[in-house]
Amino acid sequence: MTHTETTHAEVRAHPGAAQHARPVEKPVEEYALRLGDDALVFSHRLTEWLTRAPDIEEEVALANIALDLLGQARFLFSAAGQSTAQDEDVLAFRRSDREYRNALLVELPNGDFAHTIVRLLFFSAYQCALYRALEHSADAGLAAFAGKALNEVRYHREYAAGWTVRLGDGTEESHDRAAAAVEELWPYTAELFAEDELVTALLSEGVAADPGALQAEWSEQVGAVLAQATLGVAPTAAWRPGGGRVGMHTEALSYLLAEMQSVYRAHPDAAW
Amino acid sequence: MVTVGTVQAGSGARQDAAPDLRESFEAILAAEERVEPRDWMPDAYRTTLIRQIAQHAHSEIIGMQPEGNWLTRAPSLRRKAILLAKVQDEAGHGLYLYAAAETLGVSREELLDALHAGKQRYSSIFNYPTLTWADVGAIGWLVDGAAIVNQIPLTRCSYGPYARAMVRICKEESFHQRQGYESLYALAHGTPEQRAMAQDAVDRWWWPSLMMFGPPDTASSHTARSTQWKIKRHSNDELRQRFVDITVPQADVLGLTLPDPQLTWNPESGHYDYGPIDWAEFESVLAGNGPCNRQRIAQRTAAHKDGAWVRAAAAAYAVKHRDSASSDNGDARSDTERGTGTDGTAEEAE
Amino acid sequence: MSEDSTLWEVFVRPRRGLSHQHVGAVHAEDAETALRRARDLYTRRGEGVSIWVVPGGAISASSPEEKDPYFAPAADKTYRHPTFYRLPEGVKNL
Repeated sequence: MTHTETTHAEVRAHPGAAQHARPVEKPVEEYALRLGDDALVFSHRLTEWLTRAPDIEEEVALANIALDLLGQARFLFSAAGQSTAQDEDVLAFRRSDREYRNALLVELPNGDFAHTIVRLLFFSAYQCALYRALEHSADAGLAAFAGKALNEVRYHREYAAGWTVRLGDGTEESHDRAAAAVEELWPYTAELFAEDELVTALLSEGVAADPGALQAEWSEQVGAVLAQATLGVAPTAAWRPGGGRVGMHTEALSYLLAEMQSVYRAHPDAAW
Repeated sequence: MVTVGTVQAGSGARQDAAPDLRESFEAILAAEERVEPRDWMPDAYRTTLIRQIAQHAHSEIIGMQPEGNWLTRAPSLRRKAILLAKVQDEAGHGLYLYAAAETLGVSREELLDALHAGKQRYSSIFNYPTLTWADVGAIGWLVDGAAIVNQIPLTRCSYGPYARAMVRICKEESFHQRQGYESLYALAHGTPEQRAMAQDAVDRWWWPSLMMFGPPDTASSHTARSTQWKIKRHSNDELRQRFVDITVPQADVLGLTLPDPQLTWNPESGHYDYGPIDWAEFESVLAGNGPCNRQRIAQRTAAHKDGAWVRAAAAAYAVKHRDSASSDNGDARSDTERGTGTDGTAEEAE
Repeated sequence: MSEDSTLWEVFVRPRRGLSHQHVGAVHAEDAETALRRARDLYTRRGEGVSIWVVPGGAISASSPEEKDPYFAPAADKTYRHPTFYRLPEGVKNL
């Protein structure tokens, strides 16, 4: 336990306690916010599984993954809030869903275990490709972070792949549930690889990862796992939900944030 | 009906087994050594341990619920991470303990069935609700504090696997208690609302924490035999007193009061005197009529039931691939008796 | 009913230079899952460099000091597997 984080003498209200979060300033900070929101929101969804998992071993595994993602979010938020001097909690608890920048995939309500596993497969494979690319980012902080986080998300992907295969190639029921999950979640994966102005600009600076290159790697890996799981790759959907990167979310996110932010917002001047 | 596998004799014969077996067992205890899984042991020693270890394991698993209740609402990312790590540890502790119980010849499946059917218990402290964020801190300070007082002596319990599991658990638990205390401290020194929240939580969790040590020595039926077998190293009242003595000064530092007007330092005894515990409440909660008994079991059984198709899938997959799996050195071996396809060992690449 | 093939004993080498030590057991349907669960449970705090998991039934044990007559004198199991000892039905508090 460190005493640097909250020493007794420092337990007092945050500066600017009652104020709303302000937009971050630099493009790289906006980029970090997207990545951080992805990690935080997905961590939260995984956390909802605790005391409800299919086996006690899965409680440990899911908590492990949720903790890793939360740690990633915390780092990314601290990077995102630097030039506006906003700490991780201001960013997490004082933005509304219209200000959150996560991809829609991670905010969807939890379905059954197959739904969570397939979602974790899709997302962790994306993060593997993403962090592998970001290891070479021109932003030194991002590069260092990506190197560390890559080990974590490889483990997440291994976990998800293991279960995807066991569910897809398990019983008839598990296969059907896994197939349903693939079909439901597939359309949401397109957003992960969408390129917009921000990404284009950061790409030219060597800071961001190239979404197109990520997609190729991702498709190959995910395809291999699904094949081994005797699950087909879903047909390319005409419907490609998106908008998360600019704050246009599903109806699920505001419920998630309402719960997540409830205690914090009930005590506007408090430190914890 | 008791089945004892390939052995012909029933458990009755075991009790009459050669006196030197019993002597060996007693000698191990007398020498403060550990009884290990393959040692002869009295049936009652075995069943007592199974019950105690299992109930300890169940407590860890059920204990995830009251604290888990605030995971999605933790008011800072740091607190969320701390609580998540704690709840994860509790699941892990449950696993260590189920594994220890299994060395005595019972399966986890059986133990979980007993929990779900109400035949085995868990610590009744977890039948109380966590009504506010401050409850999480109060549980960390008081409930984990009481658990630690209970558990440290168990690291010297006579049964090896249980003692070793307890060493592992105690190492991890002290971190949790400190975090809970720190959280409460922040509340007690925060806004008036936070302070009131903290005091309210302590007011509700103090007496149930004292009850965690079980009935008074005069009323406890299990103590004598457990003490003789070095499963229980101290009496309920001894441990309860130890907990009170440790905790009262901690409350002073917090600046919170404990809801017992009779709590006073007794210079003659060198201990804190405390007021009467409501044993009727204890009995009632133990009997299943606490605020959350039904809810805790319902949630636990629902998770187990809802997960059945997942567990079935893993089993089906393993059966399908048993004969085609191969080990790292390319030596695929099918073992029809054991039913596993690998040579059973795997080495982590360094 | 066959013995429990889902029980794996776990051995961890905490760091280079030391040998593997028995740390406990995990349940899993296959080796890959057993390894992962062992890693999750026993190395959560970076406690291990190398992990071995061994199906419990694959272990032959000889413990001359441990004197239970139900075990064969030579090369037997590490401990009773669940099917060797059943809880009597209707027993309370067990």
